[in-house]
Amino acid sequence: MTQLFAGDCCVPVLTQPSADGEAAVRDRLGALDPYIHSVGADAAEIHLMVEGMSCGGCISTIERTLMAIGGVSAARVNLSSSRLRVVFDPGAVTPEHLIAALDTHGYRAVPYDPVALHAGRDLEERKLLRAMAVAGFAAANVMLLSVSVWAGNVQDMGPATRTLLHWISALLTVPAVFYAGRPFFDSALAAIRSGRTNMDVPISLAVILATGMSLLQTLSGAEHAYFDSAISLLFFLLIGRYLDRRARGKARSAAEQLAGLNAVAVTVVSPDGCLHACAPAAVEAGMTVLVTAGERIPVDGVVAQGRSDIDTQLITGETLPEAVGEGDAVFAGAVNLAAPLKLTVTAAGEGTLLAEITRLMDAAEQRRARYVGLADAVSRWYAPVVHAMALAAFFGWFLLAGAGWQDSLMIAIAVLIVTCPCALGLAVPVVQVIACARLMRGGVLLKNGSALERLARVDTIVFDKTGTLTLGRPELRDVATIDTETLRAAASIAATSAHPLAKALVAAAGEKIVAVDNVTEVPGAGLIWQGRDGEHRLGSREFLGVPESASGEPDTGGPEIWYGRPGRDPVCFQFDDAPRPDAARVIGAFKNAGLDVRLLSGDREPVVAAMAHRLGIDEWVGRVTPNDKLRYLEDLRAAGRHPAMVGDGLNDAPALAAALVSLSPSSGADISRNAADIVFQSNRLGGVWESYLVAIRSEALVRQNFAMAFLYNLITVPLAVCGFVTPLIAAIAMSSSSLVVILNALRLGWTGSGRSVRVPSVKSGIATTDGETGEGIK
Amino acid sequence: MTGLLYLIPIALFLGVCGLGAFLWAMRSGQFDDLDGAAHRILFDDDPADASEDRR
Repeated sequence: MTQLFAGDCCVPVLTQPSADGEAAVRDRLGALDPYIHSVGADAAEIHLMVEGMSCGGCISTIERTLMAIGGVSAARVNLSSSRLRVVFDPGAVTPEHLIAALDTHGYRAVPYDPVALHAGRDLEERKLLRAMAVAGFAAANVMLLSVSVWAGNVQDMGPATRTLLHWISALLTVPAVFYAGRPFFDSALAAIRSGRTNMDVPISLAVILATGMSLLQTLSGAEHAYFDSAISLLFFLLIGRYLDRRARGKARSAAEQLAGLNAVAVTVVSPDGCLHACAPAAVEAGMTVLVTAGERIPVDGVVAQGRSDIDTQLITGETLPEAVGEGDAVFAGAVNLAAPLKLTVTAAGEGTLLAEITRLMDAAEQRRARYVGLADAVSRWYAPVVHAMALAAFFGWFLLAGAGWQDSLMIAIAVLIVTCPCALGLAVPVVQVIACARLMRGGVLLKNGSALERLARVDTIVFDKTGTLTLGRPELRDVATIDTETLRAAASIAATSAHPLAKALVAAAGEKIVAVDNVTEVPGAGLIWQGRDGEHRLGSREFLGVPESASGEPDTGGPEIWYGRPGRDPVCFQFDDAPRPDAARVIGAFKNAGLDVRLLSGDREPVVAAMAHRLGIDEWVGRVTPNDKLRYLEDLRAAGRHPAMVGDGLNDAPALAAALVSLSPSSGADISRNAADIVFQSNRLGGVWESYLVAIRSEALVRQNFAMAFLYNLITVPLAVCGFVTPLIAAIAMSSSSLVVILNALRLGWTGSGRSVRVPSVKSGIATTDGETGEGIK
Repeated sequence: MTGLLYLIPIALFLGVCGLGAFLWAMRSGQFDDLDGAAHRILFDDDPADASEDRR
């Protein structure tokens, strides 16, 4: 059965390769106790956020995997929010074991506290949904009664029956309006108190006046009552409001999820030498922190003890690891590659790199004018215009035409009802919800509601190189020309190291490489292995003592490893940082779409030039500092352009904040993902192009929807002002315009135009999980 | 027209039942994972009580 799902499933791609065992899980997440809640004797539950779930196959894989473990009594996946709840017997199985089991299937999970995360938010969404249900119930029944009245009015219904039906409508509408209208009334009151007016003021006025006036009409036994208009108005608007809320909630939970997945406990060394895990926020200056090999450095600090290589790619964009020793400053975000380091945490605040980046970002945010969305811009002048029209209709009829105040008020109310922004209130949220769902299927998370609207206006797109256009990990060049035996010998030594070049060497060697014993790692230099035939060395040119001129190969500027064996000439392995498989196609697509594509990188110029040439980017700048990137973006904006920034590093964060809209891969630094409006799954750059296409389509649909809403107002408002709008006409006009808007928005989900640059993801594993899941983890 | 006297209460009662059912479904978490529910309907067997004889 699960094979059915394999076709549309994205195989999860990890931000870090994982063959995590329980110990590795413990290292990664620290103590799990605070997340475990007891739910009775021999049962405890833990809530996990899971990365990489995308389809039905994932649900069954995860649930079967967990249920196959002894001691697990329930496992329930929530696909919409990528969360997982597991009930297990703490005596029989550890939570680390559960997480390690998920790791082996390629799903990275971190625990979270549902109480802390959901406080308040879900409540509001639920309140809106309940209000919507009540309004829907009342609207349906009142409409039923109203239709009878409308039919009765042209046939032979007596006034007594009509009044009875009106009274029943009143009985339904008045409480429903009080209950379901609260979200609008509250917001309108708040706006009036602070001396502003918003969309909710005319809405509240229309609903309250229509209900009150209809009550009066019912008392006097009149022919028309607007109960149905009042309540169906509320119903439609609540749908729009709920969808809007949901889209925003989804964006926020996406952001939280990203933040949570990267939260790693910090290992603090106390003065007496004991180690304990500590939340990153609780670490203070002066403390000593232990960073093991392969771990990301969590704080800014100075090396107190140890020598190692660190990978500063996320900070500077530099692909080559940097050697550090005692007294060297290191920055949060770098990855410790070779050996454990003890760091003394430096003073937080001024002077640290993170503080500097944050300061640049804040400044950029302040300079960036707050973007006013199309809907906000419309609603800003909408309310005054509507109020003015209703007032004009009232006084026009009352003073000029000499109608009674009741009739004049009825006409004014009719104007308020027909102008009410049903279609307007639905136009944006419906498009947004559908766009968001569609992007999510493609592994793209929207963190900000107006991001798509801004993306649609972009005319220049600026890419970072390392980690954005490239995969951020070196790959061995010219594998075919290298002697296989030499490669395998070198790889078996390299297999013991966490250095990225060593890892790339092992990956290039192909089949199972057996690591040799007795390898000594010399941090910042290389590896030594005492073989039977003597000493083997694998490392930098200096480490092997190869003179500069000895290399017959041209210097390509890329990183290299030398391999020296007793009695043979040293061999050079050269690496380069390969671009993402779909990078060239995405860039070609953007260029075809008429956008100006640029490349900014902190890396050395020859490397940047080579990459720009390879991908067909004409304008590039190398060796830029975070400040340079920021200035570059600001210059673009000052020149009247609308730049989008795509970047992943700490050094990109200020530029991301300064751009009109920013995108970041999910493997990026925390601070960049926080600054970015859109986060795409890290394996494909296609997410950027897909976001752009969806943004363009959404923009077109929103504009069409607005146009239709205005067209509808253009027809109905004169009718209302002239006094021709009966409740029946109001009901038909209102529902039909809302339906048209919704149907139009649905077209976004139907068309498959976004698939053109989609790179097929590698299929593996998922199709074979049927029936035998969980065998590998027992 | 006397039919209205019991037809309208019946209609309203049915409506209230629907509303009640919706609120109950919401409270019991059936709206928490709409995407997941769409896929679950296609699963052959329920992991909770795996039954071999169903295929």
